[in-house]
Amino acid sequence: MSHYYVSSALCSVRKYVIGCLVLLVLFTVRVHAASPTDQSLAEGEYLTRVGNCLGCHTAKGGIPFAGGRQLTTAFGTFVTPNITPDKETGIGRWTEEDFWLAMHEGKSRDGRMLYPAFPYTEFTKITRADAKLIFEYLQSIPAVSQVNPAHAIPFPYNSKPLLFGWRKLFFKQGIYETDPTQSEEWNRGAYLVQGLGHCDACHTARNEVGAKKDAALGGGQMMSSNWYAPSLYSRKEAGVMDWNLEDIIELLSSGVSKHANASGPMATVVQQSLQYWSPQDVRAMAVYLKSLPDKAVEANIRYPEMSENAKRYLAQGKKVYEKHCQDCHGEIGQGVPGIYPPLANNRSVTLPVPLNLIRVILNGGYPPTTYLNPQPYGMPPFQQLLRDEEIAQVISYIRNAWGNRGGLVTIVDVDQGRGSGH
Amino acid sequence: MCMKLLILIVLFFFTLNVSAELSSHGMVPDTMAERVKACTICHYHGDNNQERSSYYPRIAGKLEGYLVNQLRHFRDGRRYHQAMALLLENMSDDYLQAIAHYFSKLDIPYPPPESIDLKPNEIELAKKLIRLGDPQRDIPACSACHGDSLMGNMSYIPGLLGLPSAYLTAQLSDWRSGSLIRGQVTNCMSAIAKQLSYDEIIVVSRWLATQTVEGETQKTLSPDLVKRCQSIFLEGVAQE
Ligand code: HEC
Ligand code: HEC
Ligand code: HEC
Ligand code: HEC
Ligand code: HEC
Repeated sequence: MSHYYVSSALCSVRKYVIGCLVLLVLFTVRVHAASPTDQSLAEGEYLTRVGNCLGCHTAKGGIPFAGGRQLTTAFGTFVTPNITPDKETGIGRWTEEDFWLAMHEGKSRDGRMLYPAFPYTEFTKITRADAKLIFEYLQSIPAVSQVNPAHAIPFPYNSKPLLFGWRKLFFKQGIYETDPTQSEEWNRGAYLVQGLGHCDACHTARNEVGAKKDAALGGGQMMSSNWYAPSLYSRKEAGVMDWNLEDIIELLSSGVSKHANASGPMATVVQQSLQYWSPQDVRAMAVYLKSLPDKAVEANIRYPEMSENAKRYLAQGKKVYEKHCQDCHGEIGQGVPGIYPPLANNRSVTLPVPLNLIRVILNGGYPPTTYLNPQPYGMPPFQQLLRDEEIAQVISYIRNAWGNRGGLVTIVDVDQGRGSGH
Repeated sequence: MCMKLLILIVLFFFTLNVSAELSSHGMVPDTMAERVKACTICHYHGDNNQERSSYYPRIAGKLEGYLVNQLRHFRDGRRYHQAMALLLENMSDDYLQAIAHYFSKLDIPYPPPESIDLKPNEIELAKKLIRLGDPQRDIPACSACHGDSLMGNMSYIPGLLGLPSAYLTAQLSDWRSGSLIRGQVTNCMSAIAKQLSYDEIIVVSRWLATQTVEGETQKTLSPDLVKRCQSIFLEGVAQE
């Protein structure tokens, strides 16, 4: 009866009743014609890219969609399941209804509640039609027999009541509702960002439900340990309300821009998913992101007059900068657009939580390779080259040079930033 | 008249501005050498200080096929080194290929050999393993695969000269013990390392590190050794 459900949802808007009747007919015809067309399979494949199913459900260097990737989180290690159509080890016995329940309600075929490391908290917003396209595509790929190891989630995070409670608090089931006051493009962007693109899986939880950070299974932390996902609702963090549409598009589809680069987990998202989004969809996403309100409370932090000690500390940092950083990032932190990110007037540098900054300097990194930027330039890791003290000094310096203003960073912060591997 | 002057002045400033921007772009060379600065901070590049670590292996001049295989192993977790895994994490196969190509063609002087005192019986043991192997333990001569001059063979078998002894020892022991750095993959080389004793590993590594680097890479390998290392060749070919 699935076709009935979708059609009636479409028809709920009175105005389009006639169109709906036509759709209903077409839809029924399609259902009876059974097997999916090349066109619909291509659409389904595209949607799996948008949702990055491939990225999570493929082990590093492993067989596509056969699972086995380890997601290390503060709660333990999750291992993604095999979602190829293998009957024994994959989802070969699943019906479209089973799949819908997984995506929409976060339940496995046997009724087990799934962990939100699978971002059904966002996928719940996608339409049944899109879910069906994804399902049919997944059923069309080669079946791979691969048994993956079990999750390694220690007590108490492995307990059912806890997951149940978490779902009650944080999981709101429901398809995206179009906002009639906004353009079609905006709505498409909102649908993608809130739904299949699952940006909130990393970005919101930490900040909006930030107070609940300690609550079990608090979303943002699940995705990756020891990175801070800045808020898309603050121009001082990851909000892009002040940017040109073109710059937003460039950052999200190529991984670099004149304002900032995608690093760490964000670079992975760009490499695995965003670079494949169609130009229309990237644009829609950018339009939506640009429209988000700036919810940051004007913090109005007043930095005290620098003490002589602090000045000396920063002077040390300046020396380190001149010796090790200036060649790439420039004398006045100006960088080189698209190659070496600027450090002056770059939010990543002044974020109140200096975690990402510390990680970048300890570990270095490359922006993702993408179609638009296939051979990016890299930042060397300084972990082996500089002492923790020098790292703390140079970070404090760049946070307070060329018009930047941010708190000083200590050796203890640097040591904490070292944290776990990824 | 006045207007014209104004336009000229405006134009002048405009050009100034534009050329300033061009040159700031121009300052960053559009080369692989610039792109791999994040690597050459550790890997000897001719101009950096090799003394910094007696462990970092030299990668300049190594065979391209071998380098690509290693880069993929680091990225995908089959070989483990945290700093490198993080740098390579979001790189495509194509970029890894380009990086491998760059380093394989990089021709820079080798550092002088390490000076380690070896006893005559140690030298004899090393030479015997390297030139003759030990048929009883199914160990072919190292030179049968790595080339007569030990400078590498058939694109996927690396040269063994010009590497720090600490690095060589670590690789062979890791294969032997099956540990995280390199021992999780089984192939013809890990099978051979498993047959060596720790003493042999240390002696061979030291001997290799004391040799002067000279000679050419080789392009011939007997069919049974090709077969033995099949998994490595297939891995490389699948990539091309
Ligand atoms: C951020 C990583 C991530 C992404 C992205 C992701 N998944 Fe998953 N998925 C998981 C994890 C982890 C589980 C296991 C959850 C559990 O066992 O409780 C899972 C479970 C599932 C299941 C349930 C399988 C079963 O045996 O119960 C299905 C179906 C599924 N994912 C499909 C998808 C599809 C389709 C997409 C893309 C639209 C996708 N996933 C994207 C991580 C992810
Ligand atoms: C796996 C977690 C994760 C997901 C999923 C994710 N992000 Fe991010 N994002 C991050 C982290 C961590 C950062 C901070 C690092 C950086 O600046 O690149 C970030 C940074 C950003 C930035 C700011 C870049 C800057 O430095 O100014 C933007 C904009 C952004 N993300 C947008 C998105 C959008 C849009 C999506 C969904 C399509 C998304 N992110 C999905 C983790 C994630
Ligand atoms: C060889 C050139 C090079 C050198 C030297 C270098 N960097 Fe970088 N830096 C880069 C590149 C390239 C990136 C972008 C990396 C990425 O996107 O993952 C970067 C990123 C950064 C970022 C993050 C910016 C952002 O938008 O997320 C900071 C902060 C930074 N570098 C600081 C430093 C400091 C401090 C030093 C000296 C200790 C230094 N860099 C030395 C090339 C360099
Ligand atoms: C922090 C220092 C460091 C940086 C930076 C670094 N490497 Fe390495 N690299 C090492 C070490 C140490 C090893 C040896 C690892 C082991 O024990 O197996 C290694 C091994 C290698 C090998 C294998 C050599 C062989 O003979 O098998 C290759 C290839 C390589 N690195 C390439 C790169 C590339 C390309 C980059 C830049 C993207 C890079 N490395 C950055 C330290 C580094
Ligand atoms: C059957 C062919 C074969 C023989 C015989 C052989 N090797 Fe190897 N060796 C290889 C291959 C292939 C690799 C590359 C492995 C890889 O891709 O990970 C290798 C790699 C190595 C490396 C790693 C070099 C680096 O740069 O990291 C060392 C060290 C080594 N061999 C030493 C030896 C020694 C010592 C002997 C003799 C006792 C020996 N090999 C005999 C095929 C052989």
